[in-house]
Amino acid sequence: MEIPLEKVVTFTYSERLKIRIVRWQGDLMTQLINESQSNSIENRLNRRAFLKLCGMLAATLALPVSYTDRIAKALTTAIRLPVIWLEFQDCTGDTESFLRASRRQDPIQSGVTDPSITDLLLDVLSLDYHETIMAPSGAMSEKSLNDTIQNYSGQYICVVEGSIPTANNGVYCTIRGRTALSIAQQVLPGARAVVALGACATDGGLAAALPNFTGAVGVKEAVPGLSNFVALPGCPANVVNIVATIVYLLTFDQLPDRDSTGRPYFAYGEEIHEECERHDFYEEEKFVLAWGDEGHKEGWCLFKMGCKGPGTKHNCPQVKWNDGTCWPVAAGHGCIGCAAPHFWDTLSPFYQPLPDDD
Amino acid sequence: MADHTVLPLSTEAQVQRIVIDPLTRIEGHLRIEAKVNNGTITDAWSAGTMFRGIEMILKGRDPREAWIYAQRICGVCTTVHSIASVRAVENALGIVVPDNARLIRNLLEGAQFVQDHVIHFYHLHALDWVDIVSALSADPALTSQLARSISDWPNSSSEYFASVRDRIQNFVNSGQLGIFANGYWGHPAYALPPEANLLAVAHYLEALDWQRDFIKFQAILGGKNPHPQTYLVGGVAIPVDPNSGKALNPQKITQLRNLTNQAHKFVTKVYLPDLKLIASYYKEWANLGAGHGNYLAYGDFPRNNSGKPASNWLPRGVIIGKDINNPPLTLKPGLIKEFVTHSWYNYSDGDGVGKHPSVGETSPNYTGPQPPYEFLDTAHKYSWLKAPRYNQLPMEVGPLARMLVAYAAGHVRARQLIMQVLSDLALGPEALFSTLGRVAARGIETQLITERMKIWITQLETNMNSGNLAIHNGTHWDPATWPAEATGWGATEAPRGGLGHWVHIVNGKIENYQAVVPTTWNGSPRDSLGKRGVFEKALIGTPVADPQRPLEILRTIHSFDPCLSCAVHVIDVKGVEDT
Repeated sequence: MEIPLEKVVTFTYSERLKIRIVRWQGDLMTQLINESQSNSIENRLNRRAFLKLCGMLAATLALPVSYTDRIAKALTTAIRLPVIWLEFQDCTGDTESFLRASRRQDPIQSGVTDPSITDLLLDVLSLDYHETIMAPSGAMSEKSLNDTIQNYSGQYICVVEGSIPTANNGVYCTIRGRTALSIAQQVLPGARAVVALGACATDGGLAAALPNFTGAVGVKEAVPGLSNFVALPGCPANVVNIVATIVYLLTFDQLPDRDSTGRPYFAYGEEIHEECERHDFYEEEKFVLAWGDEGHKEGWCLFKMGCKGPGTKHNCPQVKWNDGTCWPVAAGHGCIGCAAPHFWDTLSPFYQPLPDDD
Repeated sequence: MADHTVLPLSTEAQVQRIVIDPLTRIEGHLRIEAKVNNGTITDAWSAGTMFRGIEMILKGRDPREAWIYAQRICGVCTTVHSIASVRAVENALGIVVPDNARLIRNLLEGAQFVQDHVIHFYHLHALDWVDIVSALSADPALTSQLARSISDWPNSSSEYFASVRDRIQNFVNSGQLGIFANGYWGHPAYALPPEANLLAVAHYLEALDWQRDFIKFQAILGGKNPHPQTYLVGGVAIPVDPNSGKALNPQKITQLRNLTNQAHKFVTKVYLPDLKLIASYYKEWANLGAGHGNYLAYGDFPRNNSGKPASNWLPRGVIIGKDINNPPLTLKPGLIKEFVTHSWYNYSDGDGVGKHPSVGETSPNYTGPQPPYEFLDTAHKYSWLKAPRYNQLPMEVGPLARMLVAYAAGHVRARQLIMQVLSDLALGPEALFSTLGRVAARGIETQLITERMKIWITQLETNMNSGNLAIHNGTHWDPATWPAEATGWGATEAPRGGLGHWVHIVNGKIENYQAVVPTTWNGSPRDSLGKRGVFEKALIGTPVADPQRPLEILRTIHSFDPCLSCAVHVIDVKGVEDT
């Protein structure tokens, strides 16, 4: 006997993840439900293994009715991934990007649907500290931070948005009277993984552009020696890659494969220029030469208008933005290379064409 | 937990110094210190605690790309600095943009207002009025009745509200409360019945999904959001051509229209009914949080390409002393001056003077306590925000200022909507000068703009169909066509209030760049005369039932929708070189 499809699709994201596994291995489900009611580390590891299996079983939809109650119980007892999200010298653009999460195809795991922002907040994550959207302020917000550091040591992930100023004893960014650097040093070492979100947290970004008066640096430079570190540069980072990284971590209990700077290959492995929908025009030497000219209307190559797609590695052309609606080149403006290291200084002036070495 | 937030200031402990840092559910890093005497605030200090120095970074760069940097002043109001920047450079170089560029910019900015105001109401401000824990005890059938009594929005069945309640109950049962942990639930200042709380929580979640879908509007025109990438000095970068799939074409116009229609429905059937319902339980907040009673609006959304203030659909003007019964005063930009007496900057000729942004200077000079610190030295310098003043007066900017200026200027539709909301709440116009007035003005403005966006879309469509396809005026794109030296300024309205950028160009490069930003006006520290900033003034008289859970302070500060990344900026680069 199976639950009708319409019943299944009304389940939440994590419910559906769990439901998918049941038909495949009912015994394992029972075992996991029992274990998830305990709080030991071993059982949390089992939960990770469980989620890993969920990712492998994305196509399965139906399940025996007799499991429904137990699934619901498992839902309310399983631990959601605790997240501490720190904002330093930022513009909140990466947070805004995060708030745009929609249910859509995961860019790494074929067949897996990534969670939306409401799924993330209620079913997948426990966003315990995030100044832009958390309920408490001041002392009570500090309590939220300290509670998570203490209760979930080694289990929470820390997302950092914005650069960390190091000049003049760090006075250029303080929260509750403490410097950004001291807060990073308090929170990051105890994290299961650290995510540098956006260009500023990756390499200092805009605040670190010349003359970098505040001595702004990225996470890796501010707190050296982090073992589980992933950088998702971009201005802002694309929510598709943020969520995919989190889902990958939940599924496989490790971060996706990364290059030497911490950028995952799935998102920063291909050059924008090579994947660009306008690349053929580049090969045909059909270039936009003035804003609004005939070539511009026809979607020709923006190379001569200063596009920085050549040399910039990012999956912008594939995953696009805002639930796949568009991306900058498709809307008619050249790429500014916002996922490239120190792009504010290395790729500006943005309207000056790159040297043509073909 | 180390409790450093409350300091008894007298032996009777009747007077306390309280600190709220971080003040959350805003953009950026804001710290409020306040003196509380017998449960009422008697003085307050507002401090921005983060500094980046973007204007210093702009020096020497190409003015045509200044907007890309300036845009990153803020990722929440992610279009407004771009607009102010390209307008400033266009003003300096004498560039008039094509009509399509005007309309596309209006639409991008309008979409920004609508999305931003909805997010503010539900995700940044609502939890000051809505008790989530109380929502768990709501009766779904009664909630359904309540919902249907205020709106015909379709998600209103008992089953729907039961499912939301159960989802939240499951969430609470998990023991992991996430962003809702340590909220001020059960605080005596919460006044909504459980059913109204459940209704608001349901719409908190709906709005979270709605904002994400609606902002595709900006992606269609600008490639992405946040930080849409379509502005150009001289126009916009999205081509218009009814016969090209790669340009703004009839199909995309239809998408824009559909998104706008959906937004209009959400605003009129969810946002405004919720706003009025919640406000009806908090009418005492129409007597709190007034501030100085002075309001400034640059106005925005030009109806033609003249560049003249009179072309703005939302009017420009100044109101002094709450006078909305006479036409607003003419805004004279020359009367804007910034003070650093209580800000961590030095002026070369002494900190007692004010400087117009076009000749301003900034030399960062932190003189506050060395971190970690417990309290700021508010007798001296205590913020990274400067103190802008208009004719030496602190001015409030934002939705309330815009709606009051529109009201006083006789803006027909704005007046209609303002009177309608006041009538629904059985309040008079004097209620507008308050915390509640700010909340109402933001909602009214959102409806006003969604209505207007439909007209801009039609105008754009008309241009397109009549063969008017120009998007860019390229006559001064080449820096070789520029004078050796030029200065200009660009004004716009951000969701949070009036925004001005000033630029000085020498030999094709930025010599000086300055921004005077909404939250700098509203969140400023004291000036050379000791006059409080708007936040500081608005907090005086506010009750604080529990200093550890200063819900009332959040209500008034959040009513301004602060944006601190915007507010802190460095202006003059020469001053820095001297240090």
